[in-house]
Amino acid sequence: MKQRTWRAGKLAALAGLAAVSLTALVACGGGSSSSDKTPATTAPTSAAKATTPAGGATAASTGAIASNVGKDDKAQLTGAGATFPNPLYTRWFADYKSGVAPGVEVNYQSIGSGGGVKQITEKTVDFGASDAPMSDSEMAKAPGIQHIPTTLGAVVITYNVEGVSAPLKLDGDTIAKIYLGTIKKWNDAAIAGQNAGVTLPSSDIVVVHRSDGSGTSYVFTDYLSKVSTDWNAGPGTSKNPQWPVGLGGQGNDGVTQQVKQNKNSIGYVELIYADSNKLPMAQVKNQSGEYVTPSTDTTSLAASGVALPDDYRVSIVDAPAKGAYPIASFTYILLYRNQTDAAKAKALVDLLWWAIHDGQRTNATLDYAPLPAAVVKAIEKTLTTDITSGGQPVLKGS
Amino acid sequence: MQPADIPSAPNFKRPTGIFNRFDTRELVFRALVTLAAFTVAAILMLMLFELTRTAWPAISKFGISFLWSTDWNPPKERFGALPFIAGTIVTSLLALVLGTVIGVGAALFLVEFAPPWVRVPVSYVVELLAAIPSVVYGLWGVFVLGPWIQHTAGPYILDYFSWVPFVKGPVLSVGILAAVVILTIMILPTIVAISRDVIAAVPRSQREGILALGATRWEMIRIAVLPYARSGVLGAAILGLARAIGETLAVALVIGNSTNVPDSIFSPAYTMAAVIANQFREVENPMHEASLIYVGLVLLLITLLVNAIARALVWRVTRGQITTVIE
Repeated sequence: MKQRTWRAGKLAALAGLAAVSLTALVACGGGSSSSDKTPATTAPTSAAKATTPAGGATAASTGAIASNVGKDDKAQLTGAGATFPNPLYTRWFADYKSGVAPGVEVNYQSIGSGGGVKQITEKTVDFGASDAPMSDSEMAKAPGIQHIPTTLGAVVITYNVEGVSAPLKLDGDTIAKIYLGTIKKWNDAAIAGQNAGVTLPSSDIVVVHRSDGSGTSYVFTDYLSKVSTDWNAGPGTSKNPQWPVGLGGQGNDGVTQQVKQNKNSIGYVELIYADSNKLPMAQVKNQSGEYVTPSTDTTSLAASGVALPDDYRVSIVDAPAKGAYPIASFTYILLYRNQTDAAKAKALVDLLWWAIHDGQRTNATLDYAPLPAAVVKAIEKTLTTDITSGGQPVLKGS
Repeated sequence: MQPADIPSAPNFKRPTGIFNRFDTRELVFRALVTLAAFTVAAILMLMLFELTRTAWPAISKFGISFLWSTDWNPPKERFGALPFIAGTIVTSLLALVLGTVIGVGAALFLVEFAPPWVRVPVSYVVELLAAIPSVVYGLWGVFVLGPWIQHTAGPYILDYFSWVPFVKGPVLSVGILAAVVILTIMILPTIVAISRDVIAAVPRSQREGILALGATRWEMIRIAVLPYARSGVLGAAILGLARAIGETLAVALVIGNSTNVPDSIFSPAYTMAAVIANQFREVENPMHEASLIYVGLVLLLITLLVNAIARALVWRVTRGQITTVIE
């Protein structure tokens, strides 16, 4: 209930920003519509250039498809799934309808990632959305499903420690040991060693985790499994892991509430939530040994140095890139590669095409990390070649 | 219920003519109420059947050991419900004890001691408590009660009562005690309202007789009032217990949601209703979903069991006497 209040508040607060971005989009749409009679020769819009520096090369390989390729589409699309990208998707779909394709109406229900996977598996929606990639057993039930990354999320370590004002520095092994219960006190040598000059209390650490099944928990435990063999062998990666210690709060706000109320506590929340609520955030050590402050920029970096498989089901925690924040992940839209309804298929793929280009500019205004250029380029190829209807690619570079 | 002046002996005959049993209206009415009665029973049967059917993968895999296994590990597909069953039973029983003591005390005061200008407004306020939505109790628990226990009540209890088993630190802002206090407040209106009515229903002659024998007020209550009202009070307590067992949202907000076995009244714990509310939306795998439904089935069976015990107790206490029936 509180979460909803917060969302509403956040949306209201962002309305001003949104209005600005909307104006920009309308202006942009107007600009490209002057030349849209010959889409084959239209260069990618300015926005696409802004987010994909390699736009020129892309244009050559995909036949220069304009970001507003779907402007004449008419379809009603339904989607369901993850709550984390819901504010972004809502903004996207509204902007797309008002600025690009008036005939495309998208109804997105943020029922949770698990529900999104279930509904796309049962084909009751046109697309699903999930924070965690589908597992192999889930994939087996939905053959021909394609993951499309839309934005990135990051998980932030927040804390409430007496007398500590500067950002705490923590490495993955230490975080894992705290959540395993093997590091019990704040002045443990492992924590003190990374935070020279900070006076840490000798108190017990109050560990706070999510009580509800959550993509945030999935990303967090995915990271712990990667950096700690003990965690990997114990609780493992899960939306609902068996927590060895601590207490559970419902949602980001539940965790935050417990961290605020219990002195000397530690918890984890989504980056956007931590940002908008000005929570203290720990700097986490990445693979190249830097202590990185979580931000949309450092989150985007996490996806830049990763080899992308065709299905994009890839973990980007503990990423190798320099400056990358290590607890990050993609969030996905899920659709079938072989589409049955040609009109809906075209509307959906055109929408996604816009989303990975112009749509990415909205990401930054809403504090969502934009996709790096290399990822956008890979998705361009997926959208133009892999999504088919009646045996033909839905989106054709002419 | 029939009016008292109509004899209700088994050989009572319906007057024919006015209430003809083959009258069409009579038949239709009969059919409708019969249907209504069977609908209620059918809903319960359908629920039991559907819960069993959807929980079947978990029932067939874990069997009865589900009830005493403490392992709740969704990714590894190992499920046991003891932490939730224990949490539910401990919190509701403690709330029942506290709620009954306070509730019956309050009811006695309202009936036996309070002047009318106190009785009427206090009764009204107590009944208003029942109208507050549980999420409001939960939020009050999170923002007011939890911090108060953590900073004021908890340290005090630790100072003076740490010799009592299951009383030890650390005191957190959520935990069993916070849940018990919330549940106690939530079941109080039920217990007070029903106890007040059954105590007020004790005939005046009972009280006057024992007072004429020289009894004090306390003796009057102990000897003449409570024994007469006990079945009603028991019914009130059981209704309170049923509410405490099923309460979900308020408890989920304050109990701490930990599947680890608690060792103190300040420890975070979990209840059956809370784990279903927390985890059902984002299940890990089909076995997780089946196990949550299995927890729901156990919760339903425990509720039915509590009701059965309540009926047996009320019957035993009254031993066939005419009693205030709590339905």
